[in-house]
Amino acid sequence: MLENFSFRTIVEYLPLFGQGLVTTVWLSVLSFAGALAVGIGLAAMNLQRGRLFRIPAKAYIDAVRATPLLAQLYFLYFGLPRLGIILPELVVGILALSLNSGAYVAEIIRAGILSIPRGQVEAGVASGMTYVQRMRLVILPQAFKVTIPPLLGQAIVLVKDSALLSLIAVAELTRAGQLLASDRFMPAEGFITIAAFYLLLYYGLKGLAALSGRWLGLAGART
Amino acid sequence: MIWQQLQSIAGSYPLALRGLGMTVMLSLISLVLGTLIGFGLGILRTGGNRLISGAIGAWVDLIRGTPFLVQIFLIFFILPELGIELDAFTAGIIALTNLAACFICEIVVAGIRSVPTGQVEAALASGLSRWQRMRQVVLPQAMRIVLPPLVGQYVLLIKDSSVVSAIGLTDLTRVGWLVVQRVPNGLLVFFLVGLGYFIVCYPLIMLARRLEQRMGAAHGEVQL
Repeated sequence: MLENFSFRTIVEYLPLFGQGLVTTVWLSVLSFAGALAVGIGLAAMNLQRGRLFRIPAKAYIDAVRATPLLAQLYFLYFGLPRLGIILPELVVGILALSLNSGAYVAEIIRAGILSIPRGQVEAGVASGMTYVQRMRLVILPQAFKVTIPPLLGQAIVLVKDSALLSLIAVAELTRAGQLLASDRFMPAEGFITIAAFYLLLYYGLKGLAALSGRWLGLAGART
Repeated sequence: MIWQQLQSIAGSYPLALRGLGMTVMLSLISLVLGTLIGFGLGILRTGGNRLISGAIGAWVDLIRGTPFLVQIFLIFFILPELGIELDAFTAGIIALTNLAACFICEIVVAGIRSVPTGQVEAALASGLSRWQRMRQVVLPQAMRIVLPPLVGQYVLLIKDSSVVSAIGLTDLTRVGWLVVQRVPNGLLVFFLVGLGYFIVCYPLIMLARRLEQRMGAAHGEVQL
């Protein structure tokens, strides 16, 4: 049984866990920013009428969605040096998370934009608005609201996915747990502690999602 | 050079087949078990008992809130400390089944809640038992909501099975990792690994999309 569960060791390793937590948070923030950039780009390509942009975007999104993140991570980790690109593990990890989540973000944004009724666009056309004006004044403000909750959902997925970076030796939260587990042969102390930290992040983001939902609901005008 | 590497990779095809077999087997077993348990949990959760439904909700939240990698480590390294000896394969199956069951539970709950209460009341008025109401009235209608995300969940499960390579199971991802130690061409090796997953997952993604369209179209009709 776990009667030897040592809180003292956990306290002793707390600075390591703290560092890991901080690393997980900021690398997730960076990756999510990257994913937004990738996602907006892909969504813009995917919404074009011409095939030239649409087909590569669709192919990319399908390829990412049909393969595991771990294989994508190893693809970059073992593949980039082959192209002469030597990057620190942390950068490879952020790159992999951005490129992976970007595909899902693209789908969320596309769904958000397509959820705006055609009548809105037609009204914009009838009012003599240009394409850019329609996008900026009519479609995007409404699409923005619809996409916030699923985007926060994707952020939760991203934070959890970032645990995989421990497998390429990035010193984030899961890695801290692994270190405690292997240094002291205390897997329970190591992994239960990091699970608790991840839950903290999860409930934080979930609360934010609920709050944003309520805020957007209060702001009204749901289409 | 690339030709030699291709030959060298082709030489390890028995290993690759074993890896693919392991991935498919892991996914298939936990898919079946996870679906059964997930439906059971979903039905229990929408049942009247607050205690049971609260406990299931809390467990699902714990599983949804932690990375799958951490869950695998917890199961693989801590169950033995509790006196439960298990090998990597069993640990992988337990972890994947649990994950699938929790996510499918949520899908089933959403499906059951989507059925209008009038339907349940009508069934109640017709004197159907609890089980009959569930089986003959609620579930068939809930399936319309449940089916598309269920198939999507299977895709996630197959992809998540790659994480069990972290505890040393020789699945498709692990095979890639082994081969890349001998053939130093990560791009090629993991492109092929990705292709293996793609072949299994992409048809399922297409199926989920088709179902979504069809179920969406069926919405509002009287019969299923």
